[in-house]
Amino acid sequence: MAKLALRAGKRAQVTRGQARSRLQQREAVEFHFYVLPWLVGFFGLTLGPLLYSLVLAFSNAQLFGAWEFVGLANFREMFRDDPLFWKALVNTAYYAFVSVPLGLVIAFLLAALLNMKFRGMALFRTIFYLPSVTSGVAVVLLWGWIFNPSFGLLNYALSRAGIQGPQWLGNPHWAMPAIIIMNLWNVGVPMIIFLAALQDVPQDLYESAELDGAGWWTKTLRITLPLVSPVVFFNLVLGLIGAFQVFMQAYVLTGGGPLDATYVYLLHLYNNAFRYGRMGYASARAWVLFVVILALTLIISWTSRRWVYYAGEGGR
Amino acid sequence: MVVDRVAHHPTHAATLRPALARRRAAAWRHVLKAAFGYLLLGVLGFAFALPFLWMVSTAFKEPWQTFQIPPIWIPSSPTLSNFTQGWNAVPFNRYAINTVIITATASVGTVLSAALVAYGFARFRAPDREILFTILISTMMLPPQVTIVPTYMLFNYLGWVDTFKPLILPSYLGGGAFNIFLLRQFFRTIPTELDEAARIDGCSSWGILWRIIMPLSRPALATVGVFSIVYHWNDFFNPLIYLNSESRYTLSIGLKYFQNAYGATQINLLMAVSLIALVPILLFFFAAQKYFVQGITMTGLKG
Repeated sequence: MAKLALRAGKRAQVTRGQARSRLQQREAVEFHFYVLPWLVGFFGLTLGPLLYSLVLAFSNAQLFGAWEFVGLANFREMFRDDPLFWKALVNTAYYAFVSVPLGLVIAFLLAALLNMKFRGMALFRTIFYLPSVTSGVAVVLLWGWIFNPSFGLLNYALSRAGIQGPQWLGNPHWAMPAIIIMNLWNVGVPMIIFLAALQDVPQDLYESAELDGAGWWTKTLRITLPLVSPVVFFNLVLGLIGAFQVFMQAYVLTGGGPLDATYVYLLHLYNNAFRYGRMGYASARAWVLFVVILALTLIISWTSRRWVYYAGEGGR
Repeated sequence: MVVDRVAHHPTHAATLRPALARRRAAAWRHVLKAAFGYLLLGVLGFAFALPFLWMVSTAFKEPWQTFQIPPIWIPSSPTLSNFTQGWNAVPFNRYAINTVIITATASVGTVLSAALVAYGFARFRAPDREILFTILISTMMLPPQVTIVPTYMLFNYLGWVDTFKPLILPSYLGGGAFNIFLLRQFFRTIPTELDEAARIDGCSSWGILWRIIMPLSRPALATVGVFSIVYHWNDFFNPLIYLNSESRYTLSIGLKYFQNAYGATQINLLMAVSLIALVPILLFFFAAQKYFVQGITMTGLKG
């Protein structure tokens, strides 16, 4: 009897186990059904092109016709014989390393202001966010007019302050700063992300700090910044990735000029691929961009262990 | 002297008075803080709004007024002719229709496919789920320009260049890693008890998605929709490389060529048509903004 019962129990266990694994299989099938669109996109439009672009980087491929491998010729040309490559890289780095930190500081300060509990905050939030919604060609053209050296708003405002404004987009020293200024107007997205993070900071931390006599500066430095540091990290990485892809502003406003002062990386890539049809060379350039961005991201992630605070990890 | 010392001594009866004074000081500090905050916000807000006001002002000016220094903010005889003249100088009607078609179809695709994929990642277990999710997240770090050359060659091979397909169809393949991530975070906040109850009532997983998850996720879906509409409306790079025929241009490309032809001399026309191109996205944003802010704060972008 006991043996029989044991066997029956065993059989029941097996079938239950089988049922569970069948259920798990069904769940896995359903999972793949739902993520199928992304899987197709990932293999067809991300991984496939990524690998193919690596192949092309070592070739002399044009848009049409046969091509062959040329070894490191593209990279040799890029690093040794193409002064525009370096110019474009330096310009882009200049843009990224000035506009991203400045933009983050402004975004954080605006978010801190917007986090105060006043009436009518929704209106201000909208005003500061609007430039990001409208960041298309229309707004770039508007800034072209604002930067007009003789009749633009900016130089008029400067003249009222007794300053003779520069030629902005016509002057090689001022064209890139002009594009950076235009971009600083566009801090809405990191600002909203900061704001969401600030609203999650527990109020009682501030209250107990105030009891200890902490002022605004101490509270910001000791409470706010550590608690929003994961978001600083997020905004910094996304900001840098975005900044290395600056294109439209330079293409529309200056075409890369004057004297190549705003000739950015993507402009060079665009010209090689879609104007000269040099798909191989453009792919090599794209891969260098990829490696630069990857390296930057890794460096930031590595240093982030020292300055990003995750609340869940017991203050480490 | 003695009285003074007594008054400042915390253990004496005078403790009540400092408490009151403290409260009054706190109230004053609050008023001061509010006044200072409003002042700062007002000044900064005005500075941020100024470029838009400048655009509106210029769009209504006669040509000679645009070159007046000091600039006039309110034109003496505002004219609407800039809008009609600029808009009709180039087939902007066509470009506007093209932009609406691309933006609408691509955004529907983004919301639908991001929701499907996010649902998969949020609710179903599979041996490779975590690996795939890590891959998905890491593609956010990948600059799209790295794949642009082979992607262009692929679409060119398929005969899709100079059609809307390269601008629309990719949206139906996942809708972007960031959007999937955002929706997945949101879906995970919906209690699974609701799914289970529906399942007991005989609902399939497909039914759960449509009858429970989607209706409860309106703010998050609206957020993704707004992001997508703004992105496609403003997109310049993709239309620039994929569209060649003038009849297929979008507003961005049309504006760029309009600038080449008219920009330097007729800034009032340029500002007028730029303003027309801005207004739909502004109206849309105002309509969607309630959902949008809610969606952003609720989805917990921080992971």
